[in-house]
Amino acid sequence: MSTTTTQTLQGSSKLDSKCPGGPMAERWTRHRFDLKLINPANRRKFSVIVVGTGLAGSSAAATLAEMGYRVTALCIHDSPRRAHSIAAQGGINAAKNYPNDGDSVHRLFYDTVKGGDFRARESNVHRLAETSVRIIDQCAAQGVPFAREYGGLLANRSFGGAQVSRTFYARGQTGQQLLLGAYSALMRQVGAGRVKLLPRREMMELVMVDGIARGVIARNLVTGEYERHAADAVLLCTGGYGNVFYLSTNAKACNVTATWRAHRRGAYFANPCFTQIHPTCIPVSGDHQAKLTLMSESLRNDGRVWVPRSKGDRRSAAEIPDGERDYYLERKYPSFGNLVPRDVASRSAKEQTDQGKGVGETGMAVFLDFRDAIMREGESSIRAKYGNLFQMYERITGENPYRVPMRIFPAVHYTMGGLWVDYNLESTIPGLFVLGEANFSDHGANRLGASALMQGLADGYFVIPSTIAAHLAGRKLEGVSTEHPAFAAAEQDARARLDRILSIKGSRTAASIHRELGLIMWNEVGMARHRKGLESAIARVRELRAEFWNNVQVPGDSKDLNQVLEHAGRVADFLEFGELMALDALLREESCGGHFREEHQTPDGEARRDDENFCHAAAFEWRGEGVAPVRHAEPLTFEIVKPSTRSYK
Amino acid sequence: MSASSNGSKMKINLRVWRQKSRGEPGRLENHVLNDVSPDMSFLEMLDVLNNRLVAQGKEAIAFDHDCREGICGSCSLVIDGKAHGPNLETTTCQLHMRSYHDGASITVEPFRANAFPVVKDLVVDRSAFDRIIAAGGYISVNTGSAPEANSTPVPKPDADLAMDHAACIGCGACVAACPNASAMLFVSAKISHLALLPQGAPEREARVLAMVDAMDREGFGNCTNHYECGAACPKGIPVESIARMNRQFLTASLRSRPSSSKQEDGA
Repeated sequence: MSTTTTQTLQGSSKLDSKCPGGPMAERWTRHRFDLKLINPANRRKFSVIVVGTGLAGSSAAATLAEMGYRVTALCIHDSPRRAHSIAAQGGINAAKNYPNDGDSVHRLFYDTVKGGDFRARESNVHRLAETSVRIIDQCAAQGVPFAREYGGLLANRSFGGAQVSRTFYARGQTGQQLLLGAYSALMRQVGAGRVKLLPRREMMELVMVDGIARGVIARNLVTGEYERHAADAVLLCTGGYGNVFYLSTNAKACNVTATWRAHRRGAYFANPCFTQIHPTCIPVSGDHQAKLTLMSESLRNDGRVWVPRSKGDRRSAAEIPDGERDYYLERKYPSFGNLVPRDVASRSAKEQTDQGKGVGETGMAVFLDFRDAIMREGESSIRAKYGNLFQMYERITGENPYRVPMRIFPAVHYTMGGLWVDYNLESTIPGLFVLGEANFSDHGANRLGASALMQGLADGYFVIPSTIAAHLAGRKLEGVSTEHPAFAAAEQDARARLDRILSIKGSRTAASIHRELGLIMWNEVGMARHRKGLESAIARVRELRAEFWNNVQVPGDSKDLNQVLEHAGRVADFLEFGELMALDALLREESCGGHFREEHQTPDGEARRDDENFCHAAAFEWRGEGVAPVRHAEPLTFEIVKPSTRSYK
Repeated sequence: MSASSNGSKMKINLRVWRQKSRGEPGRLENHVLNDVSPDMSFLEMLDVLNNRLVAQGKEAIAFDHDCREGICGSCSLVIDGKAHGPNLETTTCQLHMRSYHDGASITVEPFRANAFPVVKDLVVDRSAFDRIIAAGGYISVNTGSAPEANSTPVPKPDADLAMDHAACIGCGACVAACPNASAMLFVSAKISHLALLPQGAPEREARVLAMVDAMDREGFGNCTNHYECGAACPKGIPVESIARMNRQFLTASLRSRPSSSKQEDGA
């Protein structure tokens, strides 16, 4: 297996991030001034395809249509309101400093660069922090019912990893409300005829003409028909790849297909090994389990995390006196306590269960206890803050968290890696832009809580509407019709692939192969990784891929709604992607953020980053099936926030 | 409601609606599952059944689902005659098998309404809801034109009440539960959410007229005060919102002047 490593070519070509120079705080303003403008009358001459209608996609489609571009939006669900952004619970960060507690754009920028463990691009992060304040204005104007103080002004709370209160929220349903805001803006444009919305469509292939992204092949999931869509630019807003682990907090439809298909056409995939394991999820209860449910980490504001002091203590929580409890986060990290960032909290939970101190039936859980908060503030106060989360927990587990502590365990939640993009959000394929979770860069190796919603909306409402002009006005784009041979060829590729899957008629379900893939990824490419495990993961994923293409069973045909076929197509892409993820983890010989290599840790078990050799983003270039990809490096420079060892002690 | 203890397996007799496509007749199909865990969700039980069918080379039962945590509004089953099944304020994906007893017989059908045609098996087309929102379920504010957020204070009780209505997940259970297949709870929830906020005030009358008009065009029935919608709603949207909508609709209808179309087009 070591051949994998040596076979991987180190790319020499330079990745141009197109980051502007000058003082950090002026870069975005200066860049926008330097970008070309397209006058309003000319915008309607340009067409844009937006794939995905979550926070990033809906906000981009709505805004581009408001500006006058002709927009076609592809939505994998029956309605854009179903996108998985809807499930985000906790909140959205913004540097408003309403609480007057010392927050600023600079501090949000600083916290995000540091929180990302110095693997994010400074210029991008600063832009994100600047933009954050306008997102709140926009959403409030749309009617997003943010939480309010009694005086009628917006309320804030502190959220995982932050020492200031900069998180805006709408009960435990912030993602839902922000998505419904973006959805309403999108539907307004649909009603006005400026956006053509195509629900129940899946992007199957990217179409390129003369090296530029000029359209997509989509499949109508109800009729099975393949459709050709041509445009002057393509935006991928298709979310993350957490479902490569099978069990994750992602919705069932979340997949890597759109970005992976684009990768196979030439878009570099950056930092695929940077995945976020969220510390507070409901533990796995059995083999039947289809997904994991997140409990918002806002719960860590009031809940205390603990395990029994001694191994194998099977007593119920109430029977274990305080002296025999180990509030390990408070012990190990006295200054941040239960509010340490997600990667640290997750790894610490694993450390406890690895030592045999886990709780519950399976021993794969730790307690999150509200006893003290309820004694301090009263049950009604806790109910007001977290009522819907407590209710959700009780529904799933059958236990009442007002009486007994919650049992929680880490689960895959978010993926920081994604298609490589420059400062304009353009991938290595000209005309192909990538927004939201689908791209990489802003969160580095670890995302802070309440920053995903911020980034998705920043990209869609404020970044792409400016930067897309660099492509549309900056390149001479010939008219392209769907009669172009490139469309026929791409359509043929898409058709052939699904037809091949249907023709196998083997004996294994795609679901069982997906589950097996997930187990390999969770065990070897999960919270802690090491060389041997990663090498074995690569070998086993390859075998499993061969098993899929020889032995998968997909009944029915491709001419109507066939959810098993849809899933099988996505599993096929995860089986290719999973190998790249393990390879990236293998080649990144350091520990940073969500990427923890057991070989690279301090004597007390903390991550050891290697800035000398790995202060870069790794971007992989596809070179064909069975051929090792080329690994390109984009060096990261830190002008303002000097790399230091993250310490939450 | 009998909660079986951990570890024990239950036998469940399922009758599931199968329908190849919109134009074709459907029928109920019987399946027996012998190894249902009480900790399974209802949809996980269907997953298990589907895996069994697929392994036998048979087509899986199509059903809409996605987040599996009660917020996306995709899941949509009528279980033993009740939209989203027996539990109060619980979507199908959040319904767990511990709510059933060993040996239970359960009938599973799609949401039924003229405005929600069946696509296949248990999947229905709810795009009528999107068209109603496109007709007016928004506040017209282009990106970039918003004032500073705290320049518009909202009394906390109003914000909280708006949030109660904004919590709608657009699943359509209200329509499925209503004897008239009325969408008035869905529509009034959006109208209430936006009308309760000062940001939504300028378009209040135009919005209610446009949305009610769109609702009627989609073929939804009228409200005759059964309030089955409220009982079925997984998010507990208050049925008072229907009265609010009717009041607003009346006022707006009396005041609307068809010729006042001098307004700019709403980009």
